[in-house]
Amino acid sequence: SVSAGDTSVLAGLYGPAEAKVSKELPDRAALEVLLRPKVGLPGVMERSREQLLRQTCEAVVLGVLHPRTAITLVLQVLSDAGSLLSCCLNGACMALLDAGLPLATLFCGVTCALQPDGTILLDPTARQEQEARAILTFAIASNERKVLMANTKGSCSVEEMQQCLAAAQRAADNIFQFYRDSVRRRYSKS
Amino acid sequence: LSICSRTVEPLEYYRRFLKENCRPDGRELGEFRTTTVNIGKCLCSITTADGSALVKLGNTTVICGVKAEVAAPAADSANKGYIVPNVELPSLCAERFRSGPPGEEAQAASQFIADVIENSQMIVKEDLCIANGKLAWVLYCDIICLDYDGNLLDASVFALLAALKNVQLPSVTINEETGLSEVNLKQRNPLIIRKHPVATSFAVFDDTLLIVDPTAEEEDLATGTVTIVTDEEGRLCSVHKPGGSPLTGAKLQDCITRAITRHKEVKKLIDKVIKSLTPE
Repeated sequence: SVSAGDTSVLAGLYGPAEAKVSKELPDRAALEVLLRPKVGLPGVMERSREQLLRQTCEAVVLGVLHPRTAITLVLQVLSDAGSLLSCCLNGACMALLDAGLPLATLFCGVTCALQPDGTILLDPTARQEQEARAILTFAIASNERKVLMANTKGSCSVEEMQQCLAAAQRAADNIFQFYRDSVRRRYSKS
Repeated sequence: LSICSRTVEPLEYYRRFLKENCRPDGRELGEFRTTTVNIGKCLCSITTADGSALVKLGNTTVICGVKAEVAAPAADSANKGYIVPNVELPSLCAERFRSGPPGEEAQAASQFIADVIENSQMIVKEDLCIANGKLAWVLYCDIICLDYDGNLLDASVFALLAALKNVQLPSVTINEETGLSEVNLKQRNPLIIRKHPVATSFAVFDDTLLIVDPTAEEEDLATGTVTIVTDEEGRLCSVHKPGGSPLTGAKLQDCITRAITRHKEVKKLIDKVIKSLTPE
């Protein structure tokens, strides 16, 4: 369960398990992501988020080590107070870490909000998201801070996007440190 | 003597071409396929739609039909109309799409188009209001792929833009005495389109090489895709990179520069086609 402020997501990872014959891939693991909203049935927005998460995870999980298996990631939104997509990304990465799946790199989700006056705000609350001119979510990889996933809402200029990206890459360091601390706490003998 | 077949080892086959900076169909890495667009009732076959367009990007064929209906606006936004995009990938366009409920790709594409409309503000919902709190336009935009050969998002955005430019809304007035709406089909006004977003898609190969406008074969072999939507002021309406190989900020910048060039080409094409329709 990952929570950032009031936004909270529960992530469960199952796998590598036996895949259905219709879904199995001959040379790699088949990854599936299910995102359940807090209220209501999953709609088109959830499907598009699932696709973003799935392709991000597929890029980091070394699926070739587990061919013909299925890895299922289930995310349940417990509360949404802004920056939901990056919370889901962080939850997904921590679940992959906890399950011990072979990963090429770690990733973390960072949301940047562009205020109407041009200032960049990281990890905005729902209120700040509404007031913002644009909201950019990036998934940053841990090696060389490259961009794994990018999603924007609202329009911005090219310079603003580059500034947000730079800010997100700097903030990624904090999140990776948090991962290290959490894993250390989990596996330490206390 | 190494035998490298297109069907047996497609990736190796492609790598040979990419080493020479070109692709099997003869294109450069930064070159788009031939784009053609047909707008309107005469050229595009939908006669019942209020606006329609057919776009062909190489073999990828996408048709967009826009139907306008009237409805009561929502209680919390009484002066806003609705735009409802829907992307369909019927089983006739490619053998991997089965008939039945829309698959993930179709739903993700529908969400993408809805986001582009919202982000670029190409149609402001307040413009669709007829009478505050009582009546507003609903634009149902149906985008159907007829032939899938890669790069669905670019073709869909282009088809949507062309169809919306073609839409002529009948004028609707509310009769003061009866309170009913009167539709005048003879008097039509075009939609106010404020921005013209254009999408440019790239496929990433082997984590380093970027190629523009991928075909279906290239998309299957690619390790990632990026779609950039720009408007005429050079502003980014959407950077859509659904996972895939990691890219540096510099590579993203290259994509954006190419997208801005592409925007100019597409805008010229649309303007030319619209101008050729006006004597009609």
